[in-house]
Amino acid sequence: MALLDVEDLSVTFQRRGQRTVHAVDGVSFSVDAGEVVALVGESGCGKSVTSLALMGLLPRRGAKVGGSANFDGTDLLAQDQRSMRDIRGRDVAMIFQDPLSSLNPVIPVGIQVTEVLVRHRGMSGDAARKEAAELLDRVGIPDPRRRLKEYPHQLSGGMRQRALIAIAVACRPRLLIADEPTTALDVTIQAQILELLKELVRDSNTALIMITHDLGVVAGMCDTINVLYAGRVVESAQRRELFAAPRHPYTVGLLRSIPRLDAGRGEKLTPIPGSVRDVLPWVEGCAFAPRCNRRIDACVGAPPAMVPTHTGHSYRCVNPVPVEEKQ
Amino acid sequence: MTELAGPLVEVRDLKVHFPITTGLIFDRVVGHVMAVDGVDLAVPRGKTYGLVGESGCGKSTLGRAILRLTEPTAGTVHFDGVELTKLPAAKMRGMRRRMQMIFQDPMSSLDPRQNVESILVEGLQAHGIGADRAERRKIISKTLDAVGLPQWALSRYPHEFSGGQRQRIGIARALVLGPELIVADEPVSALDVSIQAQVINLLDELQDELGLTYLVIAHDLAVVRHISDVVGVMYLGALVEEAPSDRLYREPLHPYTRALMSAVPVPDPEVEDRRERILLAGDLPSPANPPAGCRFHTRCPWAQPTRCADERPVLRDVGGTRVACHFAEQIQSGELRPHEVRVQLVRPEGEGETPGVVSAPSEPGSYV
Amino acid sequence: MTLASGQKKEKLDRLGELAAVRDDEQGVSLWRDAFRRLRRNPAAIVGAIILALFVLVAIVGPFLVPYDPAAPIGVQDGVVRSGQGIIPGPSSDHWLGYDHQGRDEFSRLIAGSRQTLIVGVVSTLIGLTVGVLLGGLSGAAAGLGGRWGRWVDNILMRIVDMLLSVPGLLLAVSFAAILGPSPITVMIAVGAVSVPIFARLLRGSMIAQSNRDYVLAATSLGVRRWKIAISHVIPNSLAPVIVQATLTLATAIIEVAALSFLGLGTQVLGQPEWGLMLAEAQQYLGIRPALAIYPAVAIIITAFGFTLLGEAMREALDPKLRK
Repeated sequence: MALLDVEDLSVTFQRRGQRTVHAVDGVSFSVDAGEVVALVGESGCGKSVTSLALMGLLPRRGAKVGGSANFDGTDLLAQDQRSMRDIRGRDVAMIFQDPLSSLNPVIPVGIQVTEVLVRHRGMSGDAARKEAAELLDRVGIPDPRRRLKEYPHQLSGGMRQRALIAIAVACRPRLLIADEPTTALDVTIQAQILELLKELVRDSNTALIMITHDLGVVAGMCDTINVLYAGRVVESAQRRELFAAPRHPYTVGLLRSIPRLDAGRGEKLTPIPGSVRDVLPWVEGCAFAPRCNRRIDACVGAPPAMVPTHTGHSYRCVNPVPVEEKQ
Repeated sequence: MTELAGPLVEVRDLKVHFPITTGLIFDRVVGHVMAVDGVDLAVPRGKTYGLVGESGCGKSTLGRAILRLTEPTAGTVHFDGVELTKLPAAKMRGMRRRMQMIFQDPMSSLDPRQNVESILVEGLQAHGIGADRAERRKIISKTLDAVGLPQWALSRYPHEFSGGQRQRIGIARALVLGPELIVADEPVSALDVSIQAQVINLLDELQDELGLTYLVIAHDLAVVRHISDVVGVMYLGALVEEAPSDRLYREPLHPYTRALMSAVPVPDPEVEDRRERILLAGDLPSPANPPAGCRFHTRCPWAQPTRCADERPVLRDVGGTRVACHFAEQIQSGELRPHEVRVQLVRPEGEGETPGVVSAPSEPGSYV
Repeated sequence: MTLASGQKKEKLDRLGELAAVRDDEQGVSLWRDAFRRLRRNPAAIVGAIILALFVLVAIVGPFLVPYDPAAPIGVQDGVVRSGQGIIPGPSSDHWLGYDHQGRDEFSRLIAGSRQTLIVGVVSTLIGLTVGVLLGGLSGAAAGLGGRWGRWVDNILMRIVDMLLSVPGLLLAVSFAAILGPSPITVMIAVGAVSVPIFARLLRGSMIAQSNRDYVLAATSLGVRRWKIAISHVIPNSLAPVIVQATLTLATAIIEVAALSFLGLGTQVLGQPEWGLMLAEAQQYLGIRPALAIYPAVAIIITAFGFTLLGEAMREALDPKLRK
């Protein structure tokens, strides 16, 4: 049985005087222990909202959450604030995109790490401090004892992200959610952080949900990849399968529109026309249809269903890209 | 375009140092951030020069200093033979027509209170182009066509457009004056993945049609390599390597270039699983207090006990590539092997302990 | 079936024309957009209604009052003997009763709205004008002026700091003391208090805007600096100042009342003014506390109206809240 089973998760935002927004519109995926699962998509595809919903961090007013998220027997979406606070940090932890704004600027990093240890692991102050230093050391922060006393602004971006990861793994959570953990960082620092995340997952059998827009990051470290578009998973496959034989026109379009470092110079990019704003509501058909180059009549009228294949690869398309036509 | 003259832009020993000041009423200079510290480069006519580097390497400042949007501290910039750094303000304003800029964030680079027409007409008015409104309108609508925006965009405001369309407005604003040089500072990094290619292709097409010369500044090596003829790699305010784009990818000579290249993720598991990563230790040293000798030696896996720590390497030609490394040949031939680098404290003891006293101007608007 | 697929196709074609061109519509400027959102905010509507009533009363009220607000009718009729503690309360003829001089309290309250409005608006305008001039100059110098500009900015800001360091009421009292008590004095005094607030606000906002890329873009287009300041930086910096002005109107009215209360008020030929009414009522708190309550409630409601509108405007003009 999977560690986390997300079934038909939906999040709608309803603000006074404004149109209802279906940010997440029926997302299903599962994560096994020790597995790295990616949620990939562009802005507005619902990947971040999905993670916030799982963590119970959406504003209570205005956001309506539906579906279920079975985490080892408990439905994360059905928990009240109080029990969710216990689960957060202890069983499920999150790493955010911007480490500076997710660390408290007026509290030394060390206290922010020990705080978690005291709260969730019931450690005493001294033991917690010792453990905190070990944690910082483990995430590759040099001179950890001194760093404990420093404030977030005294650390560099990469170090802050490491500190944040230390806080996240402090209680040895079984599930880690990383929301664009390297987007704010430089590539060489990104490489360090990704390496660190890979190591942590390998060593502790933690499951990791990696939320990103970068297919390159995904290619290097995720086992299963879910491509999201307009609030739904449009394609889901094992890593190699997805990149070798993408079936959904959106996935193919994405792959063809990014310049690759190893491609020959002068190779033309094939952009996806339009913008992510040009979507069709899922109830009326395929949301990607307005931008799709493989659009046929059947794309509009009814929402396309997820088509499974025998390899565990599935896609939400009535006119998928043939396997031979991979790039 | 005729090839009679040399490169369109020639930069010699350009330096931009920002003073670090303290004091309430009277500014006291306590140090300098050496954002750009001695750069030589030439941008050939009709070609694209790509400038790549990580945040804080000074690439944006360099781009702005070339256009004199930031005053250079020392050095010269020749644009089509004219020395810009000493040009009187009025003359400089006239020259601006020939050199334009495209910005990273299309939202913050467009005045939210201006509609598209007024954004595009502003430059024309500043240079007295077009006799009357009708004539200016004609120029503007031609430019809109060129960047693929519909005519109805004219009466709209920036916030009514998507990110990609906004970037097109920014490009139109630069194009409307008919410039020869366009400096594009992170032109696609704020855009969605599927939109980036639209803008990259547009820039390509415009270059073919109008014979534009580009200086493209970006942190994304894959993007830079894709659009550039020549790529310059910057580290801590200076060029460490410059080579034709294909050559740079095939044979990176400088250790930093190698590390940078190996860190760029490739969307292909086959490649990702095979490739070897050169993980750099630690962070970028502070540009206010750069390491002596080779600036990269504190993080360099090939650093040698001799020369690297005390002699600053200059750019020199190694088989068609310009590289600033004492041991480029030995590294290339495999004579020198990389070694483990211990992470060092990047900032000197004591710095950062007293927050709020020293104000260091960061590179304005640099990609973070 | 064919019909359905034909409809589908049509729908597709429509969608295919990306972004569904709305050719007929005009662009929505930020101000118009803000106004739209303001209209949807109930707080703004309530504030606007209160203020509209207030302004209406201030304009037509003095012509419609049942009695001359300056005439001591009660004393003439012998009903009011304030010296003996006799000030009758509301009756069917005099809805709010008499004041201590035997004048009709209701008429005074209505007539007083005009004076209060004038004093509030004029003093805010004085503060706004001087503050915007100082702040605008300072902000332009600091944001776009280079090293020489920073000097100008430094000097201007130290002057503003001095104004800011004196407590507002004290500043107003000293102004009133120097210039002698008159309505103009009060307006200048109250205006002077808000000068540093407007100046600082505009300057800070301008410096922030000067660092935005569109200013750099205008520079790179070859637009002159003063033109950039006037056509880009100032218009984009005004929103918080306008919000502040609305909120200042509320405090100005209260401050005028405080000055009147301290005896530095606006005694113009017996023209009633709410602050002054409040001040005069304090001697008779023991006899008829209602005399203090009426003007106080009037001041509070008006200030509340301005505050509601000001806060709603702040929300409407906040670029972060715009979708």
